[in-house]
Amino acid sequence: MRTRRLSSDVGIFLVLVGIAVLFEVIGWQVRGASFLFNGQRLLVMVLQVSIIGLLAIGVTQVILTGGIDLSSGSVVALSAMIAASLAQAPNARAVFPSLTDLSVIVPVAAGLAIGALAGLLNGSLIAYTGIPPFIATLGMMVSARGLARYYTRGQPVSMLTENYTAIGAGAVPVVIFLFAAVIFHVLLRHTRYGKYTYAIGANALAARISGVRVERHLLVVYTVAGLLAGLGGVVTSARAASGQAGMGMSYELDAIAAAVIGGTSLSGGIGRIAGTVIGTIILGIMTSGFTFIGLDAYIQDIVKGGVIVSAVVADRYRHRGAKG
Amino acid sequence: MPYLVEVEGVRKAFPGVLALDGVSMHVRAGVVHALMGENGAGKSTLMKIVAGLLTPDAGRVFLHGRVAMIHQELHLMPSMTVAENIFLGREPLTRMGFIDDRALWRRTSELLGALGINVNPDDRVGELTIAQRQMIEIARAVSYEAQILIMDEPTSALSAREVSQLFAIVGDLKARGCAIIYITHKLDEVFDIADEVTVMRDGRGIWSGPASEIDRDRLITMMVGRELTQLFPKGNVPTDRVRLSVKGLSLDGTFSDVSFEVRAGEILGVAGLVGSKRTELAETLFGVRRATSGDIFIDGVPVEMDSPADAIDRGMAFLTEDRKASGLFMPLCVHENMEVAVLGGEFVTSGFVRQAKLLAACRATAAAVRVKTPTLFEPVQHLSGGNQQKVLVGRWLLTAPRILMLDEPTRGIDVGAKAEIHRLISMLAAEGAAVIMISSEMPEILGMSDRVMVMRHGRVAGIVDRSQANQVDLMRLAAH
Repeated sequence: MRTRRLSSDVGIFLVLVGIAVLFEVIGWQVRGASFLFNGQRLLVMVLQVSIIGLLAIGVTQVILTGGIDLSSGSVVALSAMIAASLAQAPNARAVFPSLTDLSVIVPVAAGLAIGALAGLLNGSLIAYTGIPPFIATLGMMVSARGLARYYTRGQPVSMLTENYTAIGAGAVPVVIFLFAAVIFHVLLRHTRYGKYTYAIGANALAARISGVRVERHLLVVYTVAGLLAGLGGVVTSARAASGQAGMGMSYELDAIAAAVIGGTSLSGGIGRIAGTVIGTIILGIMTSGFTFIGLDAYIQDIVKGGVIVSAVVADRYRHRGAKG
Repeated sequence: MPYLVEVEGVRKAFPGVLALDGVSMHVRAGVVHALMGENGAGKSTLMKIVAGLLTPDAGRVFLHGRVAMIHQELHLMPSMTVAENIFLGREPLTRMGFIDDRALWRRTSELLGALGINVNPDDRVGELTIAQRQMIEIARAVSYEAQILIMDEPTSALSAREVSQLFAIVGDLKARGCAIIYITHKLDEVFDIADEVTVMRDGRGIWSGPASEIDRDRLITMMVGRELTQLFPKGNVPTDRVRLSVKGLSLDGTFSDVSFEVRAGEILGVAGLVGSKRTELAETLFGVRRATSGDIFIDGVPVEMDSPADAIDRGMAFLTEDRKASGLFMPLCVHENMEVAVLGGEFVTSGFVRQAKLLAACRATAAAVRVKTPTLFEPVQHLSGGNQQKVLVGRWLLTAPRILMLDEPTRGIDVGAKAEIHRLISMLAAEGAAVIMISSEMPEILGMSDRVMVMRHGRVAGIVDRSQANQVDLMRLAAH
């Protein structure tokens, strides 16, 4: 199994390298410049997908249990709004005029807490009412977006403190994303939490009979996914120096795409954080690369959809081959 | 009678394995031909070749008639009705091109009637028992006018009464001139139903001939290639200490007023027909279901079982009946399948798994249960049924259980693996575990148990001592 898993990650890594080389070659033809050997471009490439990467890490562990989370993009918006409203510098139009210039801890904690709360609600519905994760998180997706808009009646929240915006400055989002990836890699591979996550996705009934408290564990998994989406909201609003209810729109789908491109199986029990990180970077490299070679923005989406599906088809063929 | 199946010197290699090495087999019309062999002997590959699912590398296959395969895992759509399942893809149509429901019902009803299958064409397949579903599969095969039927372990999930019903249908098919290839691991069945036998071992045909020419011992010897002196090794000696005591346990609508005791070192066999609620009783003892009344005592202390996690904490283990549905983690590897039940204990320090220590324990246990696997990192789905079962036995061995419950522990596995699992059960009992073993195989119940509890319609019909237990009396108690 070790060698198989390794080869699966290597496979998706080769796809990443292939795409990069392709852009490099086309880049020289079209632009007469290097695509890859440009530090600034590489940073931006990862920067623009680091929020999606955070969500992808969360949804990877959800998908590993055999579930799905459609709410993460909306939770980004909700968390961004609430965190931003508590991170304002004193100004005439502050959401809470008496709560300005607070320590940076307050908005960060609030953003994380609201994300975790949304995840807890998802998890409770899924674990204790038995409704499908698709439906539970679809409801949260709609409601959280609504709540984000209702919170300020659609008005953006701006004038944030410098201490807060520092969270999104420069390469900080990339560092947060990669740090989260390392933590969750360890969590999934080397802790009871991770082993139970795989076991539930592989066979929930067998997991229960082997002593896993399945409901309780699912509750935690969805809460953690919500927490990561909350973190995504904090970083997004800090980077934009404002909270907007339209933030994170359709990020949940990009996050799921990243996980799936990275080899996570939607039927549960199969997948790794390393694959998800590579999947996220593939999404980033496509956006950067298409822009670099000057592809029409509309055509970019058409091609991107095709690449997502092809990646999964290729993965399926490879697995079938391995089974003999 | 003419030959309907003629297999001549068939050879088939897969990457790294020679699955079939010059196998021949001849099956006549109106004959039940048993195909015997341990798991991995090549039976399934041979049958896939006969059914046309695989092409042989060398050798020839002549078929004189349509082939239908009744699989071990049934291929029916649970949400559709019996009639829809049988005529799936060839439903009778009205002139307008819509499905003619009345004709569909009539033809299904005639078909089921002719086969003596007592099922309503409108019933949803998902609501039928496994036995009934199997009959539906057979009816479907008959409706295709198949002359050659391959039945792969058809009785592995059936009660004694259902088996005799199935055998009646098989007799009927014989009379219609069908050739039936019958794969089974139950040795007694072979002599009940088969006219001819082919024994395979390691991809070769070892012996072919009339069933009347061999006996049970010879059959076993040919299958395993060595003498199995004792099929049911028994080393345990019951003590006087009552480990588990159950008093008036009831689950509304399922079973009621169940009382019994199991002592340390004792094996309590639980016999009964399918539907006697033995599995439900075990699930309730293990906290999978919540009892509505009654008491459970472990070592004299009353306990509440709210979940399997509670049961495991109290030293219980439960090897379930259906290893695919409720046992194995198919996408995961061997050690991941073994270790899951001990992650609550000594192998985890503040959430972190002590992988080296855990792997060492898994390795030792895998060796003790004699799992045949290249490494502990092999995906469990690549293992044979018998080896998968040993992995699950290993999962529970790791927990060092004081009370071990096994539900059909040797269903669908070969003779060699079966003996190994019996050896392990005896060993655990000898070490002082109290063992509850549910089984529908009478020889297993009689060979392994110190006492036998017979259940009937959710009640205890009787508890019989080993010295007084015999097959006839137990059946009488179970069926009544």
